[in-house]
Amino acid sequence: MKSFIPVFKTREPQNKSEVFIPSRRDFLKLGSLATGGFLLGVNFQCSGPKGELLTFAPNVYLSIDSDNLVTIIAHRSEMGTGIRTSLPQIVADELGADWNKVKIVQAEGDEEKYGNQNTDGSFSVRMFYEPMRKAGATAKHMLVAAAAEKWGVPASECTTENGQVIHAGSNKKIDFGDLIEKVKDAPIPAPESVTLKDPSTFTLIGKDVAIYDNKAIATGKAVFGADVDLPNMKIAVVRRSPVVGAKVISYKDEKTLAIPGVSQVVKIDGAGIPPGLDKPLEGLAVIADNTWAAIKGADALEIEWDLGPNQSYNSEIQLEEMLASTAKDGKIRRTRGNFKTALQGAAKVIERTYAAPFYAHSTIEPPAAIADYKGDGTVEIWAPTQHPQWARQAVAAALDIDYQQVKMNVTLLGGGFGRKSKPDFVVEAALLSKAAKSPVRVQWTRQCDLNHDFYHSLSAQRIKATIDKDGKISGWNHHTVFPAIGATGNADEVHPSDGELGLGCTDFPYNVPHIQIETHESKAHTRIGWLRSVSNIHHSFAINCMMDELAEARGVDPVQQALEYLGEDRNITFTEEMPGGKYENYGEPIDAFPWNTGRMKRVIERVAKEAGWGNALPEGQSLGFASQKSFLTYVACIVKVQKDTNGKISIPEVHYAVDCGVAVNTDRIRSQFEGGAQFATSLVMTSAITFENGKVKQNNFDTYQIIRMPQSPKKIHVHIVESQEKPTGVGEPPVPPYIPALCNAMYKLTGERIFKLPFGA
Amino acid sequence: METFQITVNGKKQDVTADPEMPLLWVIRDLLAMKGTKFGCGQALCGACTVLVDNEAVRSCSYPISQVGDQKITTIEGLSEDGDHPLQKAWVEHIVPQCGYCQSGQIMNAAALLISNPKPSESDLEAAMAGNLCRCGTYTRIKDAILTASQNS
Repeated sequence: MKSFIPVFKTREPQNKSEVFIPSRRDFLKLGSLATGGFLLGVNFQCSGPKGELLTFAPNVYLSIDSDNLVTIIAHRSEMGTGIRTSLPQIVADELGADWNKVKIVQAEGDEEKYGNQNTDGSFSVRMFYEPMRKAGATAKHMLVAAAAEKWGVPASECTTENGQVIHAGSNKKIDFGDLIEKVKDAPIPAPESVTLKDPSTFTLIGKDVAIYDNKAIATGKAVFGADVDLPNMKIAVVRRSPVVGAKVISYKDEKTLAIPGVSQVVKIDGAGIPPGLDKPLEGLAVIADNTWAAIKGADALEIEWDLGPNQSYNSEIQLEEMLASTAKDGKIRRTRGNFKTALQGAAKVIERTYAAPFYAHSTIEPPAAIADYKGDGTVEIWAPTQHPQWARQAVAAALDIDYQQVKMNVTLLGGGFGRKSKPDFVVEAALLSKAAKSPVRVQWTRQCDLNHDFYHSLSAQRIKATIDKDGKISGWNHHTVFPAIGATGNADEVHPSDGELGLGCTDFPYNVPHIQIETHESKAHTRIGWLRSVSNIHHSFAINCMMDELAEARGVDPVQQALEYLGEDRNITFTEEMPGGKYENYGEPIDAFPWNTGRMKRVIERVAKEAGWGNALPEGQSLGFASQKSFLTYVACIVKVQKDTNGKISIPEVHYAVDCGVAVNTDRIRSQFEGGAQFATSLVMTSAITFENGKVKQNNFDTYQIIRMPQSPKKIHVHIVESQEKPTGVGEPPVPPYIPALCNAMYKLTGERIFKLPFGA
Repeated sequence: METFQITVNGKKQDVTADPEMPLLWVIRDLLAMKGTKFGCGQALCGACTVLVDNEAVRSCSYPISQVGDQKITTIEGLSEDGDHPLQKAWVEHIVPQCGYCQSGQIMNAAALLISNPKPSESDLEAAMAGNLCRCGTYTRIKDAILTASQNS
């Protein structure tokens, strides 16, 4: 069971629950509970044809009622990737369900029951493709057996389609609902007796399937975190420590308490330094009858802070120090050959530094959570959380109760991108509900969100690359420095982890004979977290911009250069070149998910062909190329930029080629890439968080800018490579290659290379 | 605190609130209609867009005291059965990713089509510039508005 999904270390809290895979034992245990309503307390009010509604629940993800309703549990969080549709789509395909009669129910946070629910790292489809297929196939097997017995025909001659079992020879058909009485208490078949569909017969997998919540969203009915209403619920808005580690010395709340609707001011004790990934910041919460009163009340608080050691922190100064440090010898993290040899034999050396800022997630839904502390030691939560189990554990720790006492309902997330993995805001709601003795919604404002995020880390890099007398790339020396995610929980972590380096740095795939990768020390003065594609953001930027510059210096085409240096089609590894370190391969064994140069070459060739790479372009247009494998998905990208006669820059066209193995929901794959291009455009052109005197300078979307429709890429073409390889995720992989592809296109257009992000629109 | 009579989705309602309370919080907290979303509180993101007498208004920055007898339309009142041409086009193009900004996008687009039923691409982009989407659904939003403008 444990080998099912190795956990990606940098992203997982300690104390996680054991990974779960639905086993025969679990199937049996749950199969015996086949009465209506046990799943999630769903009450089945209507009755079946015989007056009594019967339910067949062969595993935790699936139940079928005698009225033909197929209910599939979405146990991963929906933050816009479409996972709430894509995983049920897999179950329904194997089952042979009528998709129009499928109801999707969101699971509460319960990893003992549902397995891993940490919706992160682009791993939902990768982790659950097989279990979901088996969940559907097991039910199908049982329904087929029941129908075959009823008809006196061999089960091997029967199949399922559109919610019915069908016997081809006699053209007999029976609705699933009419078999429930027969199968509901039947023994669960041994896994080896259950066969999965031949992929050529898939009806839903590999198709464009509209998201389940499509119409609910278009009509304003979809329920997000702040949309849950409870009787007598209070609203809390918190003034948090303006500098990480700051403590409240004293405060005056007379003006706050004078505001109609404000009932209480509650202090939240913060963790101090290090701030931790799962704890609230120190703050004062204003509890009120409505959100407006709480916002006004929080503004009116007069607080004296002990700002602590981070009060002199300035991010521009730290960036300068980090850039300077990259000129020195660092800690060796990967070595091949001897870079000094490459330097000695070099005909040309190119040395560049690259800088990228802190980025905030700035989900349009600011964090919000609702807690109802019941006084009997239990608490019920409704939260837009990516990681319900961690939120349960963090709430339990804060309230000093067992996590089993925490019921965690998961709402839709109004964007996540890694922010809503962290349970700090959920813990706040729980603490405040206890203090207020009533249900509480904690509502973050945009300023709260931008000032108190877990930011994508500030980064500095230096790449020194050598070209030998034959014009070959002979050496690659990459220095990278950025405050590590681990530092948020442990101030002694001053170097990036192997996990963070495995995101686009130590997995440098090119056939260069001399490689030396080094890291340098830096400290975190704020909360560092993970943002969509994590350190791939800055690593892909630096590596792919340098590769483009090398191609130019060598007088070769960058696409041809990438193909040349990927070399023969083969699997490559990195760990043996990492002294004392390990390439983590996103938590998967490298033999199960190899790094295959052939698959990367195929996406590069495809994108070049589709984008018309090499064709003449009109005056004022240029193309930029980059490729980056991340989260086990192979992606190549070509961005077109254009300068009009007024000097205005636009992005008329983007082409992506992607190999994510088996494509589950092709529409959602395209939508992730379409959105990924927009998201990455903001990272390249407009967004940056900066600190002065320990405080974030950006308070809202006027100063922390994300791309708006007029500047956004216009046409985004996504070319999905047909593949029968194991499926891998698509949430994060669109971002890394787009960043340098846009930078390289800008260079072609303007003649100026980009070494610091964002470069400004 | 004052009592205001306002018309929301054709229905007259009395609300008692601080005159400064933004319409957003009146709609969400006092009237318990949750389709209109909070994003920034400063009219910078458009998630809270509603129609006030058929014009797009950022309800997060529009005090209740200014509403008077103007007619307010929220996403819940845009159509009877979710069949406004924009809503149908949104569904057809599978526009949403997370979906959080989409009420505001649709309401802003509705105001655009009222004032300019056949917008050019640049009209459309200019009109939608105040509505942010962090998931990046802009290309589909544009396609959906163009589809709706052809079908209405």
